[in-house]
Amino acid sequence: MINLTINNIPLSVEEGTTVLDAARQLNLRIPTLCYHEDLCIAGNCRVCVVEQVGMRNLLASCATPVRENMQILTNSMKVRQARKNIIELLLSEHNSDCTKCYKNGNCELQTMANEYRTGNHIYTDLIPLKHNKVDVSSPSIMKDDSKCIRCQRCVRTCAELQGVNALAVAHKGHEMKISSFYDKPMHEVVCTNCGQCINRCPTGALVERNYIEEVWNAIYDPTKHVAVQTAPAVRVALGEELGFEVGERVTGKMVAALRRLGFNSVLDTDFTADLTIMEEGTELLTRLKKALVDKDQSVTLPMTTSCSPGWIKFIEHTYPNLLPNVSTCKSPQQMFGALVKTYYAQKKNINPKDIVSVSIMPCTAKKFEAQRPEMRDSGYQDVDYVLTTRELAIMIKQAGIEFLKLEDEKFDRFMGDSTGAAVIFGATGGVMEAALRTAYELVTGREVPFENLNITPVRGMEGVREASVTIANVLPEWSFLEGVELKCAIAHGLANAHKLMAAVESGDANYHFIEVMACPGGCLGGGGQPIPTSPEIRNKRAKAIYAEDEGLPMRKSHENPEVTQIYEEFLGHPLGHKSHELLHTHYRARKRY
Amino acid sequence: METKQLSRVDLIFKPEGKEIELLKKKLNEDGDDFILELIDSGLKGRGGAGFLTGLKWKLAREAKADQKYVICNADEGEPGTFKDREILERVPRKVFTGMALCGHIVGATKGYIYLRAEYKYLAPKLKKCMADLNDEFKKIGLEFTLDIRYGSGAYVCGEETALIESMEGKRGEPRNKPPFPVTEGYLNKPTVVNNVETFVNTMIISEIGFKEYKKLGTDHSRGMKLFSISGDAVKEGIFELELGMSLADFVEEFGDGDTKAVQVGGASGFCVPRKKFKETIIGFEGIPTGGSMKIFNSSRSMYNVLHNYLDFFQEESCGQCTPCRVGCQQLLLGIEAVKRRERPSSYLDELMKLADTMKISAKCGLGQSVGNAFVSIIENFREEIVY
Amino acid sequence: MSNTENFVKELADKHGRKRESLMPILQEVIDARRYLSDETVVNIARELDMSAADVYGTASFYSFIETKEVGQYSIRLCKTIVCDMKGKEAILNAIEETLKIKIGQTTPDRKFSLSTTNCLGWCHKGPAMLINDEVFTELTPGKVIEILENYMNR
Repeated sequence: MINLTINNIPLSVEEGTTVLDAARQLNLRIPTLCYHEDLCIAGNCRVCVVEQVGMRNLLASCATPVRENMQILTNSMKVRQARKNIIELLLSEHNSDCTKCYKNGNCELQTMANEYRTGNHIYTDLIPLKHNKVDVSSPSIMKDDSKCIRCQRCVRTCAELQGVNALAVAHKGHEMKISSFYDKPMHEVVCTNCGQCINRCPTGALVERNYIEEVWNAIYDPTKHVAVQTAPAVRVALGEELGFEVGERVTGKMVAALRRLGFNSVLDTDFTADLTIMEEGTELLTRLKKALVDKDQSVTLPMTTSCSPGWIKFIEHTYPNLLPNVSTCKSPQQMFGALVKTYYAQKKNINPKDIVSVSIMPCTAKKFEAQRPEMRDSGYQDVDYVLTTRELAIMIKQAGIEFLKLEDEKFDRFMGDSTGAAVIFGATGGVMEAALRTAYELVTGREVPFENLNITPVRGMEGVREASVTIANVLPEWSFLEGVELKCAIAHGLANAHKLMAAVESGDANYHFIEVMACPGGCLGGGGQPIPTSPEIRNKRAKAIYAEDEGLPMRKSHENPEVTQIYEEFLGHPLGHKSHELLHTHYRARKRY
Repeated sequence: METKQLSRVDLIFKPEGKEIELLKKKLNEDGDDFILELIDSGLKGRGGAGFLTGLKWKLAREAKADQKYVICNADEGEPGTFKDREILERVPRKVFTGMALCGHIVGATKGYIYLRAEYKYLAPKLKKCMADLNDEFKKIGLEFTLDIRYGSGAYVCGEETALIESMEGKRGEPRNKPPFPVTEGYLNKPTVVNNVETFVNTMIISEIGFKEYKKLGTDHSRGMKLFSISGDAVKEGIFELELGMSLADFVEEFGDGDTKAVQVGGASGFCVPRKKFKETIIGFEGIPTGGSMKIFNSSRSMYNVLHNYLDFFQEESCGQCTPCRVGCQQLLLGIEAVKRRERPSSYLDELMKLADTMKISAKCGLGQSVGNAFVSIIENFREEIVY
Repeated sequence: MSNTENFVKELADKHGRKRESLMPILQEVIDARRYLSDETVVNIARELDMSAADVYGTASFYSFIETKEVGQYSIRLCKTIVCDMKGKEAILNAIEETLKIKIGQTTPDRKFSLSTTNCLGWCHKGPAMLINDEVFTELTPGKVIEILENYMNR
């Protein structure tokens, strides 16, 4: 243990603790900007500087390990003067047009400027001197360099968590900036649209492309039937934006709010999550049969999931040779989109051209996915607008809805019913767990051998996880699976996916089934979720997801009566002709830069 | 305070020839003894920062690792400095055997010289010299090989951790310290980074002995130093002088009789006005320097001088930390605004506070030293900035 | 395989495919081709298993690694204080008039590019400039024109 004093208060902390963390143990908050719990230490914004008694220079508390007998002052005159100057410097290179900013009210620089009352703007405004651009080329992410304070959180996110490196630091000195490859538009580079950079940007330099006005216009248009679907992870995070504690489930209130906003049908992406299990599970079993029984060399295993559009764009750029490994299933959002303008339109007797299909997603990559040219199997763009959890919260606030006081309501019928298996799609490992619950029972006629259906080995926040299930006493039609040890792997965060796929590519990994989610924690940590994010926040959301699952009467996708119904009435059977047409897709190789 | 008369020394450029012999002798002696001698000699790094060389080697020697590195910092970019170029042109063997000696002492088998791009024309000769020495090292049973790496035009890579980052194929951005290179340097292995002139000094100490070496200089500034003299001087070029002289003596010798100010230590050093020449000692007790001495006579505008420095820094800052990246731009725009009457002269006081903030809060030595020239020029030549 | 692809592959074979091989590779590209094209960066990134944006970001840090097309001869005139005091401006004018280009520009025949640079380490013999790796000191307007004419005839 190391003994030191902070603001004259003695304390002992473990060796290797930073001054910043030591101060936190005394409930002392030192302001930070470039620091982020999810990322490696940069030590470059310098707002966290503190004084060590006897030393001329200040120390960056985030980057300085404690030493024996250190005497630290976090708020001395010297510290305050320097910190105030540094904040002023940041403001001088920041477009401080706060009232026009999308991040107004949720900006760390704004909060800090407010705390330090730095209203004078003593330094020269650098913004008119710079040739900053706003990049609106991407359907998912907007990049406004005039608001960038060069903290490099986005760069570290893109590199460390995602292994994508679409963003890099370029040039030096006064020209230093965050740039894509040769400063090309974001839409043209390897960006996966995952939005993790947005979740960690302290200012408004990186935000989602919002479609709030477009959705309002659709709602106001009396000739349109606006149908909305909501992804599983939205319901465990939306509350954070609207006055609830982290980890509160607000499913019923969300449904009520969507109705009050004026959506004509309030439906659930969870329905197509269950459908995904039927299609993807069947696809996996088919691939296994071809490999094990027919000894078909052309079958590619392991099969990977395809729900996460960030993951899809990543593999298209990074491992185009492994695209045959990816399940051909569309994501639940796109299955929903294709069905809402076909099956749902038929059932409700609405002309599909009058349907505006809106989805509420924890995700920014879904915005890109909805605009992919191949996502028009209904004859129209299957999903017209994708809003993030954050955008929905803004709409609810705009409509003056007192969210906290809403009575819970239920989703509409037809494509509104779902199971616990669908809900857990929102957490890393959830698709795997849902698939195992169904596949095991399909093949053996028995429930998965885990207490209360909770397949705990696939849960958790470890970056790459492995699990295996030995299939025994199978039903006669599945005899080829008797005794087979089904090997599974799970990765979340694209950097982890990168590692896992490298092992697959080199042949070091012999899995049958791999679940990949682009975002840390899975969709609950998605790029469209409330800001901030941290390991603690993601854990609380995960807890909420599993609680939602346990609270539902049905917890296995194949038990969803609406799923049975849609196969009977419309689709035929999994992987059938109609399924292929509406629920499956194809991928393309993309350039890697 | 102890001062020395200005006196010329001729150790560094003495003809080469004895290097391998000296090295061979050291191979048979106890390394700890030489470290003690080196510490006792008082030799401080000749790049400008002035860390005790013997201590640096000691820390690297004590570090446990399967591989260690010796790097010669030949990224001489401080405006007004050109002594390392001269050393590399005239006595490269002394530099390289100094590196080999360091390798032997600290337990490193690999040495790199990091040569600035601006000196690339030196490379063919240096490579030949290194190849010869690699053979000679082998012959005397020393496992040490020399290799060359190049900069690509970035002043900040003279900072040792930025240099290491650059060698690792990254942007030359200084690291957070600790850890220091002696424990985690190139490829995270213990690494000694020393300036060209420092390595030559270690060879001189091993030749003449630390006792003889200590006779040169003062208590705080042992030895001699190469000075790069330029500007309004009667004699420009490289001069090897004993440390500890007064600036008045220096100006007497080199100035053109009309010296208004001397910039000691380059753009990151201090500007000393005529009235302070007498009291200013060149050395660690006064103004430490990597050897850049720029002399300005009364025809020079100190506004132009400061403007030139600030323009230099705003370009050469690596850009990662706020105080340096934005601070340099603000200082430059600030003096321009005052000059143009767009800001009152009192704005200079605001900028002085900013310079102080940069000194104490920037991440590396570069950012911390931008304020030196700024503060010393504003303090002494304020009227030239305003009018 | 394209010309660039082969070229980069050879460089990677020579210098290695680790991150620390990057600078030697970039430097050799500059020696051979004077600037770094986006196609070259994509190839380097592939060989070294790095992101292209990261290679670009690293390259753009260094002033001697051009990421925009430049001429066969890069003129870098020192603009640091002592060269400035010794008449850099007159040299600059002489170059600009001779080549009919300004700082940051390349001649239409792609032979010369002009830029200024920081201290070249020849303060005692300023003004100084580099043309590619070759250094010229104690310049006068007459001398610099002569040097340029020499290069024009190369």
